[in-house]
Amino acid sequence: MSEYKMLPDKNIDVKEILKDLESYRPRRRGWTWRKPVKDLKMGPFTYKEASEPLKAGVPLPPAHYFGDIDPQPTPVITTEIASGRFEDDIRRMRMAAHHGADHIMVIRTAGQSHFDGLIEGTPQGMGGVPISRKQVRAQRKALDMIEDEVGRPINYHSYVSGVAGPDIAVMFAEEGVNGVHQDPQYNVIYRNINMIRSFVDACESKKIIAWANMAQIDGAHNANATAREAWKVMPELMVQHAINAMFSVKVGIKKENICLSTVPPTATPAPCVYMDLPYAVALRELFTGYRMRAQMNTKYIESSTREATVTHVLNMVISKLTSADIQSTITPDEGRNVPWHIYNIEACDTAKQTLIGLDGLMDMVELKKEGYLRDKARELKERAVLFMEEMLEMGGYFEAVEAGFFVDSGIYPERNGDGIVRKIDGGIGAGTLFKRAKDYMAPVTAHYGYNNVEQYDKNAVKDPASLIGGCTFEKPEKIVYIDELDEEDNVNLRMDAVAEFRPGFSNKIRPEMEWLADGIVMLTMFFPAEKRIAQAAALECAKQMNLTEVEVINCEIMHPVEGTRIEVKGKVPFAIDIDKLVIPKEPEVISDAEIRAEIERKPMRAVCATVGNDEHSVGLREIIDIKHGGIEKYGIEVIYLGTSVPPEKLVNAAVEMKADVILASTIISHDDTHYKNIARINQIATEMGIRDKVIFCAGGTQVTPELARKYGADEGFGRGTKGVHLATFLVKRRRELEGR
Amino acid sequence: MKRKDDYLERRAHLANLSDEELKARFWELAEKLVDPMLKMGYEYTTPAIERSVLLRMGFSSIEAKAIVDGCVENSLIEHGAGNVVYRLAKAKNMNYREVGVQLSQGKLWDEAKAQFKEV
Repeated sequence: MSEYKMLPDKNIDVKEILKDLESYRPRRRGWTWRKPVKDLKMGPFTYKEASEPLKAGVPLPPAHYFGDIDPQPTPVITTEIASGRFEDDIRRMRMAAHHGADHIMVIRTAGQSHFDGLIEGTPQGMGGVPISRKQVRAQRKALDMIEDEVGRPINYHSYVSGVAGPDIAVMFAEEGVNGVHQDPQYNVIYRNINMIRSFVDACESKKIIAWANMAQIDGAHNANATAREAWKVMPELMVQHAINAMFSVKVGIKKENICLSTVPPTATPAPCVYMDLPYAVALRELFTGYRMRAQMNTKYIESSTREATVTHVLNMVISKLTSADIQSTITPDEGRNVPWHIYNIEACDTAKQTLIGLDGLMDMVELKKEGYLRDKARELKERAVLFMEEMLEMGGYFEAVEAGFFVDSGIYPERNGDGIVRKIDGGIGAGTLFKRAKDYMAPVTAHYGYNNVEQYDKNAVKDPASLIGGCTFEKPEKIVYIDELDEEDNVNLRMDAVAEFRPGFSNKIRPEMEWLADGIVMLTMFFPAEKRIAQAAALECAKQMNLTEVEVINCEIMHPVEGTRIEVKGKVPFAIDIDKLVIPKEPEVISDAEIRAEIERKPMRAVCATVGNDEHSVGLREIIDIKHGGIEKYGIEVIYLGTSVPPEKLVNAAVEMKADVILASTIISHDDTHYKNIARINQIATEMGIRDKVIFCAGGTQVTPELARKYGADEGFGRGTKGVHLATFLVKRRRELEGR
Repeated sequence: MKRKDDYLERRAHLANLSDEELKARFWELAEKLVDPMLKMGYEYTTPAIERSVLLRMGFSSIEAKAIVDGCVENSLIEHGAGNVVYRLAKAKNMNYREVGVQLSQGKLWDEAKAQFKEV
């Protein structure tokens, strides 16, 4: 085995991950839930519904105000990653894990459902990844390292569906895949795979899933995404959940591993919570003991990432008001393209932020026990019961599907005659069922159905695999690993083609959205024109900026004629040489003790204010307040004048108080206001004859040190500045002025 | 089929059920719906199921596909593809993997058929 260790401050080395895969074995089987911690204390807060914190991770952007805490909610958080190149997805998985994902779902390439057998090797995918043993093994191996780094088990997940369901289930059980989609109804309705074949195959697949203790997610949410008016399929959704749930229990999957994939069916501008909450309540009341995988609405997703994010937050309000064991996330760019790295991360952050923000909600509110919510929930349950009654009257599931019962746009019992129709003897894989003979036998573990092992050995009935000395489930060394089959379409060639950009090994870099060195960038523009002009102008702009393969990916009307917001994507044709970049030095920091000693030697007084018509106070307080580790803690005397202070007043105060330091915070950058303020203070201080007696520093999120100095400050401090950076500068600058 | 929403008439027999009774009915119906499929699963097999058996016996996906295709062509699949490999290996006193690999290469099929003649 290779000795490779992923290091916290180094890029993951995908080449190393791909080495020695033939001898890799997964470290565990089965699904892992998060461990809730009651009344978790983090920073100054107590959380009611949080789980064990991570060892390493990236907290939400404002966390630095709260001591960099990164509380993790209790539901498992899913992110769906599949760009078509699994090798690039590995890096995205590491980023997602650091942002709180512990369920990595890999979407399959288009058409894999109809592939009769396992795909081997690592061909490139379309809208997903071809799921193969090598690809699964490489990603599971990488996730082993990633989960060690973040300190939380990561569940790896893909699909057991299509005409090779049982083949894939076996491979997943062997390779330590932790969760799967498995629902024969999905095959039937959306993939037009013969229905009997689908259910018979599903018996075997589910038996294997049960053996490997995987979590299983059903496919009911697809009805929501397909139906013309999604909220009208609510009764049917419950029926689909029930069929797969009951079927799975009877094959042997534990209830607590059976997850309902449930989506709040509608979205704004519908009054969606009013419509979706009774459904969520009804579902959870009927399906006690099962798990809820709360999916987000994709049915109505458009290309605005802001709009999608709000819909998803509303979806999580439903999760919070009811329950969610797995909170899935949909990337806000799902309505534009195959998701990009940054949007997977956004979606994870949206989930973490919302669920933590709503922590403890149900300690304060409760759902009404009578009235609309109860009545509506009851009605939906009754409609579902009526749905199943009629199915049985018609002869059962197969007959009902043949009659177009499913995904009809009427709210049952209403029927609009637009359901999806499948024939019992039709679809892919029709005519491939074989009645087992009396001597039918399969000498393996986790095999469903009739199995005449007795004919060979009565003692092997309970353990059919003992006939062959154990199958791959007991003896993983029996697994046959295939590396590559296609000499022209595989990971090695793809990686060679971009070898000059290999992260951590190369001095060349290019912007990236999904694949290494893809060169994709996104630009946001506003044009004071109607939509069609704006779109054409945006494309032309991007072309003149030398971008190639330019496309408009979002267009929002600000006003029919006054303006249009456009987002375009395109590719940059060049690469950046990292060695030639001018990278500003990390701010210098001297020790707390040394700063204190300097202030003790000679006291220092600073007057400070947010200047101009600017009410921002947080940044400056951060830098000065003792409780935020500001400069007060070193003994520097701070006189804070407040916000919206005119530059004259600030300089006058410095004169009156005999201050050694002037600190000006200037946040508003519109029309270069921030630099104009800096220049003004410098001018007044010079006119009043104190400029050479004081140290003048300016700060703000849009302030850069170079420009602050250009406009007359001694130094400028931008985003991310801490008290210690300023104190270090003040002490050093005073030494310079003293000629020491 | 097209039909107006007749929920209010249709629900008459459910109106007096308690929530618990309604839930029990829901699950009773679900069970009735899936029982026939489980029975079919018990009695039938498919090429995918047989490939999955061979994978577990330690054959590659390519070998498994070839063996199952051979079983279908030779009308042996009803006995189970794993069974075909196992019984032939026993009869020939050979390692079962070696037998399976030969079958996947199109060899030994006449001998395999001979093993299942009685049934």
